[in-house]
Amino acid sequence: MAAVILQVSIAGKSFRRNGDTLPVLGPIELSLGTREIVALVGPSGCGKTTLLRIIGGLETVFEGQIRWAGGDRPRIGTVFQEPRLLPWRTVRQNLLLAQDQPDPTLADELLHALELTQFAASFPPSLSLGMARRVAIARAFAVRPDLVLLDEPFVSLDPAMAERSRELLLTAWRGRPTAALIVTHDLAEAAALADRIVLLAPRPTRVLREFVVPEADRRQGIGIGQQVAATVGSE
Amino acid sequence: MARGGLINRDWPLRLLSTVAILLAWQGGAMVAHSRLLPSVVDVVAAMLRETESGALPWNLGITLARVAAAFSVSLLIGSAVGIAMGRWRRLDLLLDSVITILLNLPALVVIVLIYVWFGLNEVAAIAAVALNKLPSTAVTLREGARALDPGLSEMAHSFRMPAGRVLRHVVLPQLTPYFLAASRSGLALIWKIVLVVELLGRSNGVGFQIQIYFQLFDVTMILAYTLAFILVVQAIEWLGLQPLERWITRWRR
Repeated sequence: MAAVILQVSIAGKSFRRNGDTLPVLGPIELSLGTREIVALVGPSGCGKTTLLRIIGGLETVFEGQIRWAGGDRPRIGTVFQEPRLLPWRTVRQNLLLAQDQPDPTLADELLHALELTQFAASFPPSLSLGMARRVAIARAFAVRPDLVLLDEPFVSLDPAMAERSRELLLTAWRGRPTAALIVTHDLAEAAALADRIVLLAPRPTRVLREFVVPEADRRQGIGIGQQVAATVGSE
Repeated sequence: MARGGLINRDWPLRLLSTVAILLAWQGGAMVAHSRLLPSVVDVVAAMLRETESGALPWNLGITLARVAAAFSVSLLIGSAVGIAMGRWRRLDLLLDSVITILLNLPALVVIVLIYVWFGLNEVAAIAAVALNKLPSTAVTLREGARALDPGLSEMAHSFRMPAGRVLRHVVLPQLTPYFLAASRSGLALIWKIVLVVELLGRSNGVGFQIQIYFQLFDVTMILAYTLAFILVVQAIEWLGLQPLERWITRWRR
């Protein structure tokens, strides 16, 4: 594998509630290549989101280490499970405001790539969930990220919309390949997007198994994804 | 839809209550036939006379300037204090009882004490009004600051937005409804208190005029000044605040 951008070694993470200690993450070792898409797959509520939040720097209390290739945390574009757009700013402004320096050319390119050009001047409350999710994806790529974190970006979309959105995500990614971590509970979706799938066990979360998607099957649509998922499931 | 333009189908209903009140007033005045209950026509005539002489615009202008000054000061300081209290729990605990005391202190007491301590001057007058409005603005904005969406704050943090951008594009838009609420109730409260402040310690303004006509028992003139003020405040509401609110909330479906 090529250069590594991220090395995660977490010993554990627990939340304290009402005096009880609730373990969320067990020991997790994970690495990520600079242009690699890795899918973290596990049942709902298994701590995948917490893992993503630790990597994204939103959760700072845990045992272990996150090591970045350059030393410092690189530029990260995050796609949250709820789109978390600013409802009082237009779609285009949402992209520009996330960027260090407003880069309208890149923003417009991404809006075009995600088929959002006609909504550029719309306010997010007028968008469907699927469209809002695409805006969130465009925003994550608009910051010229070294790493994109996606937390269940296509959950609760109808299959056709989810498939189209996955294709558009890959279009954006191919335009500027980055490292990406995508959290999902859908193995077929993971197989359709990722180079490598990391299967996680429920709380406290630990890595069950890793599976490299055969090169020929990578990013070939949800049909191939389902076949790959079936082999993973049978092993 | 109430959100349409100034002229829409809501207007007949809105006007109905106003017309009813005016008719009842006119009818009552005609029946009572007393100097103490002048008719609408008399009051409007008095208003026009005072407008022509220049006394009404002059005093109205002074009062409005005081309203504007007190309104700005109380909104600025009150919201800063309120937002800070909403964000920092320690400050909230520290200032909470002060705010409660100020909220419950009668307006008249605040006015009298400030006049006694700082003299019968313009600054004292405006400070007295602002101090009466400040605590309720602080309480309103404190609620707003407590209700800030943690999801959006995280989003801003994860994209490393600079503080100024977060304030302008993430925080303030969420506080807008609270600012509007504070402004609207503020304007109503402030202009009532401004008249008291003028009555007690100023030698011009609508409050001062009302005091004079009270001593003369001239109800027509008292109502003429009141009516003029109501018209101006309504105009501010319809031509200023409501269009502003529609523009600010245009992103809502």
